Amino acid sequence: MSDKSKGSVAPDVPATEPSFWEADKGLASWLFTLDHKRLGVMYLVSTMIFLFVGGAAALLLRTELLTPEGDIFSATVYNKLFTVHGAVMVFLVIIPSVPGALGNFLLPLMLGAKDVAFPRLNLLSFWVYTLGAMFFLYTLFAGGLDTGWTFYTPYSSTTGTSVVSATLGAFILGFSSILTGLNFIVTVHKMRAPGLTWNRLPLFVWGIYATAVIQILATPVLAITLLLITIERTLNIGIFDPAMGGDPVLFQHFFWFYSHPAVYIMILPGFAIESELIAVHSRKHIFGYKAIALSSVAIAIISFLVWGHHMFVSGQSELAGVIFSFLTFAVAVPTAIKVFSWVATLYKGSIEFNTPMLYGLMFIFTFSIGGLTGLFLGSLATDVHLHDTYFVVAHFHYVMMGGTIIAFIGGIHHWWSKMFGVNYSEKAAKIGALLVFIGFNMTFFNQFILGQQGMPRRYYTYLPQFQQQHVLSTIGAYILGAGLLWTAIYLIHSLRRGEKATSNPWHGVSLEWHTQSPPIQHNFHGTPVVTSDPYDFPEIDRTGETDRH
Amino acid sequence: MSAIATAEHPEHLAHHFDTLEQQAAAAKLGMWLFLATEILMFSGLFLGYFIIRMFYPEMVLEAHEYLSKTAGGVNTVVLITSSFTMALAVRAAQVGDQKNLIRNLIFTIGFAGVFMVVKYFEYSAKFEHGMLPGKFYHAWDHGYYIEGLPHIFFGLYFCMTGLHGIHVLVGIGVLTWILLRAKKGEFGPSYYTPVENVGLYWHLVDLVWIFLFPLLYLVR
Repeated sequence: MSDKSKGSVAPDVPATEPSFWEADKGLASWLFTLDHKRLGVMYLVSTMIFLFVGGAAALLLRTELLTPEGDIFSATVYNKLFTVHGAVMVFLVIIPSVPGALGNFLLPLMLGAKDVAFPRLNLLSFWVYTLGAMFFLYTLFAGGLDTGWTFYTPYSSTTGTSVVSATLGAFILGFSSILTGLNFIVTVHKMRAPGLTWNRLPLFVWGIYATAVIQILATPVLAITLLLITIERTLNIGIFDPAMGGDPVLFQHFFWFYSHPAVYIMILPGFAIESELIAVHSRKHIFGYKAIALSSVAIAIISFLVWGHHMFVSGQSELAGVIFSFLTFAVAVPTAIKVFSWVATLYKGSIEFNTPMLYGLMFIFTFSIGGLTGLFLGSLATDVHLHDTYFVVAHFHYVMMGGTIIAFIGGIHHWWSKMFGVNYSEKAAKIGALLVFIGFNMTFFNQFILGQQGMPRRYYTYLPQFQQQHVLSTIGAYILGAGLLWTAIYLIHSLRRGEKATSNPWHGVSLEWHTQSPPIQHNFHGTPVVTSDPYDFPEIDRTGETDRH
Repeated sequence: MSAIATAEHPEHLAHHFDTLEQQAAAAKLGMWLFLATEILMFSGLFLGYFIIRMFYPEMVLEAHEYLSKTAGGVNTVVLITSSFTMALAVRAAQVGDQKNLIRNLIFTIGFAGVFMVVKYFEYSAKFEHGMLPGKFYHAWDHGYYIEGLPHIFFGLYFCMTGLHGIHVLVGIGVLTWILLRAKKGEFGPSYYTPVENVGLYWHLVDLVWIFLFPLLYLVR
């Protein structure tokens, strides 16, 4: 165990125990497992399947947009496709992806615990997710849904498509999210190994913790909103539907009270991964540990006070608009603190340009564009011009895809050997990263310009003058799709043919690297004791004579 | 497994916890977080109620006269008493008073049942008078004329009391589960977290009703 660093001590027992993959056999040992690592793997597989579904819908949308006229689909089918794309990506992919897959797998390992606090609740959470996904699939086959993922009233209470099954699906998925969040908060509070103080937690844990706080506090509001819209549709009680005496703007308040914090449910896990990628692969102590850790919590808190910036043109009062605009700018501060800290970490580090790091650097680039363009939309005057245009589409794809999904893919590469015990082909991975980077920027960058020129979102036809840019965007989407497919292929290939991985290929210090790859069923042979912080890499020079500090 | 737990392997300690204290603290923190989510979920309904009341104050005032203050009042007393017996049950579990634990759990379940019976009669009366939510509202067929949009008030009434009623039914379920475990003698001074957590849940159900009652039945 030469990879063991100074500081953290795990009892020295030869790795003769079978890994969690081999500990139990048979389908039932997976379907009813209480092992957080197996649940993490199952989340990974499920979210990847739905990423494929949502991605396929996106490629169909982009294909339709190759020409200004409607050629392949009718308006209704187009509406259904973008709804499928949005709803699947938000509720079935991005929200559960990092916490469900990497969070479940890594959190107890990083804390030196045998499992999460409530393993049975964890299994329940996965099955609730599956049930919610089934409602979504049912919606798909029962005629689809054309409201967009936002379910705005009064359209959602009058359209002929399958709203109730979709809202019930999202309602159920919300419970999965709540249960996971609850489980993680208790795990971080109560399951830390001896010596693992709050200031020694890996920043991944801090990010997942802040995410869990939002999951707990925001998702119940979504639950009641979706329940009310289901009741509105079936009984017409008249709370949201103006025809029955209700208030559609009230629905928007309800919806964004959840859904704005929810975008932080989606991006905070990306931040969580990014801190690990940047620090480990530049072999330098993370810059501003406390600032990064606490800014996650600050974002979690402020995120609850900015929902009104989705409603600048919905007729809310001007004063409310000004306050929400100010608070939106306030949330940019902790976010910027993170980005600056990552860049400062890179400064004079010995950066290794391996695949996880490439995704880490890609994240800084794409997320910065996504974050900064958010401020354009948070300004009252510019938002009136840019509202509901491709500018908004480009902005949130730069944050959700360029932020969370890029970080997620980077994280998968970073921890691939830990999860599966094999190495992927570094060369193939670099080609994949290049394709993803080119494809992504080609798809979305010119959508900022398109939106600024007045191309509205959610239209299946457009003016001929926009065609060139739409064609460029579509070609970019194909390249991005090819890059992601290629990534899936070489990763799956590595499971069969990949060389066996060592337990700590990156010389990481946090606890997950102090057990074999893949880990044994109970994670560690004994309870690990932590005596230093997770970024105290052995090559860091503490004397101050060189630049490596 | 023997009923008497040894120091190394306490009977109710799950494999991933080190001590019973750690396990109990985790369970209790989890329960409090769950209660927070419950409050936030109900808060959406309360907000909806206040908005509707702000929009249509006269209608809410007039419609609420058709709710039975007596039935609501009786139910309030019943639920508060059940919270008291629940607290006694938790105390009995803590001191290992098996007889009082079982007795008070049965009382609590009984009061919860009384609440649901009263609710049943209230709902039946509303159904008979056509005071149903939303598009099913047809009280005018039965000779009741309420100005404005009373279907919204009754929609909210059924949503709020309905969601609360579901919580009471779930409460009866988990209380019965605790009662069965108590009868097997599972709880005592060293292990009573499940009783305590179910108690916390039951107090929340009670608390929600304490807000629902004045808001729906005692509008001024």
